Amino acid sequence: MTVAAPSDETGATPIAHGASTAPPRRGGRSLWGYLFMPVMLTSTLIALYFYVQSRELSPGEANRINSDAILSATWEQIELTVVSTLLVLAIAIPMGILLTRPFARSITPPAIAVFNIGQAIPSIGLIVLLAVVWDIGFRPMVVALVAYTVLPVLRNTMVGLRQVDASVIEAARGMGMTKRAVLVRIELPLSVPIIMAGLRTALTINVGTATLGALVGAGTLGKLIVAGIVQNRQLILVVGAILVAVLALLVDYLASIAEEQLRPRGL
Amino acid sequence: MNDSRGSAPDARKIKIRLENLSKRFPGQSQDAVDSLSMEIPEGEIVILVGPSGCGKTTTMKLINRIIEPTSGRIFLDDEDVTKVNPDLLRRRIGYVIQQIGLFPHVTIADNIATVPKMLGWKKDRINVRVDELLETVGMDPGNYRDRYPKELSGGQRQRVGVARAMSADPDVMLMDEPFGAIDPITRDRLQNEFLRLQEQIKKTIIFVTHDIDEAIKMGDRIAILREQSHIAQFDTPERILVNPADDFVADFIGRGASLKRLSLSRVRDVELHQWPTTQDGASHDDVRRLLEASDKTAVLVLDNQQRPLKWVNAEHLQRAGDGVALSDIGLPAEAVVQPNATLSDTLNEMLTARYSTAIVVDSSNAYQGIVDIDTINETVRSMRRAEQARLRPDEADDEVGS
Repeated sequence: MTVAAPSDETGATPIAHGASTAPPRRGGRSLWGYLFMPVMLTSTLIALYFYVQSRELSPGEANRINSDAILSATWEQIELTVVSTLLVLAIAIPMGILLTRPFARSITPPAIAVFNIGQAIPSIGLIVLLAVVWDIGFRPMVVALVAYTVLPVLRNTMVGLRQVDASVIEAARGMGMTKRAVLVRIELPLSVPIIMAGLRTALTINVGTATLGALVGAGTLGKLIVAGIVQNRQLILVVGAILVAVLALLVDYLASIAEEQLRPRGL
Repeated sequence: MNDSRGSAPDARKIKIRLENLSKRFPGQSQDAVDSLSMEIPEGEIVILVGPSGCGKTTTMKLINRIIEPTSGRIFLDDEDVTKVNPDLLRRRIGYVIQQIGLFPHVTIADNIATVPKMLGWKKDRINVRVDELLETVGMDPGNYRDRYPKELSGGQRQRVGVARAMSADPDVMLMDEPFGAIDPITRDRLQNEFLRLQEQIKKTIIFVTHDIDEAIKMGDRIAILREQSHIAQFDTPERILVNPADDFVADFIGRGASLKRLSLSRVRDVELHQWPTTQDGASHDDVRRLLEASDKTAVLVLDNQQRPLKWVNAEHLQRAGDGVALSDIGLPAEAVVQPNATLSDTLNEMLTARYSTAIVVDSSNAYQGIVDIDTINETVRSMRRAEQARLRPDEADDEVGS
């Protein structure tokens, strides 16, 4: 603590050198933390497979429960989820960026109100409404999903951008970074965790809600559930419901890994 | 001093010139900065100081146009930069703010490399520069370059902030309360380090603070601002302390002006006294002889590189057996200062250690001499006498009595 020894503060860091050279581990899950969900989902599918195998299927059931039908239905569901989520990203993130720029301050509340309508209407109502006034099949289903999930991603993008420390932005501008560079290199990376949380919400909603596509001719695993109910066949209903649940959990699991991996280091 | 308002009195090269600079924020009826003209000489630390709300931070931000002036002109090296591309202008000016604003998601090295990267430096050159700067601010590059800001202490972040501002070697640096958010002990140390650094780099620095003591310590020149950034006085710390332009300045400097003057004198400016010293290996008899030969009650024990170790007096010798090494007895040699420490720092060290003497060492910590409390007292008295001679007689009573 003497004026003569000014640099002892930097020398006396409690963190060991060895620890600091290793890159900080991302996520922080144990191996079991990563394996738990895939193992559980795989065992569920295997159990379901043997259960179905052990049953004598009626022709009506065999017609629904075969690998071709199930794979194509699963694919339809994934396609709907992926396309709608990509569209949501393409709409909500640029929109969120625009609405947080200073020049857009006055139009932010009305814009949010518009996107709010999409989420306020129950999704099944919107899907049926679109089928009645427009069309059935893939496209109206995508529109309904997008309308339903733009808001969470938009809101998280805006919250994410707004929570970036103003002093960090001021320092960046003060060093001569252009506004665009500040956005791309500072603001967006620092809001990734919050944007990703919104995206994960959107993905989970979309993969679940896509099941309703069965009602408007967009296929999906919902077909099995609908058929099970209509034909009063428990087995088809159960298989459909379990597959939807497994797919939803898998998507959420993958999204959680992406969330961890994309989080910038140092945060 | 006829020209103490607004312009630098001597003939040094003018680095920054502000000409009738004004800023009015939208929706305000009054200018935040009103027609400010000022000349900032090259290689000096110019402090903008004033009460809160006087516009000092706004004034600083007008210079790199983080805030665009409403009217007036800014000259940098005689070039009118009022209308040039602000991003390119800012890359020529270092910028340090109180909150530092390190980028949390990139490493210390990448933080420091921000401006060189924008300027398109080659990777090798950037790496060399980053290591050099980390060393300059007293941080080991091998240990720190790949860390993230959250792994550093407040003082270390501040050092990185300063290193980042210096990365592309700008001539001019703007610093907005750079040491404001740091605990007093670390702040003092960072201020001293920064002054030592400035002796080498000789940047032109505009430094904003609300703390007059920091202003006196850090500034080559101080601009005391009142509301709307009107300059109350722009002069060297000495002249402001001795000759405040008006009541506003006198009030702002405050009553402790004599004591503040201690911040202006450094240990190297006063006469050092010598003290009986001995080497660590000397025998107890040698020490007793030394004590008898001198009028002091203790001797200072030095190690083989002349660095102070202990104060040892007759009583210590008596209590310890004859064979005990001198370095194991006596009182620790605290209150150690270097020649560039201010007398105020020195007094502080003495009070902290509860000694009436401070040991002066050179840059390799080798013993040079001592400063005692009487020397400091005498310095205060002589400064006061000099000043009273200059002041009008009716103000002489106003000075702080001892």
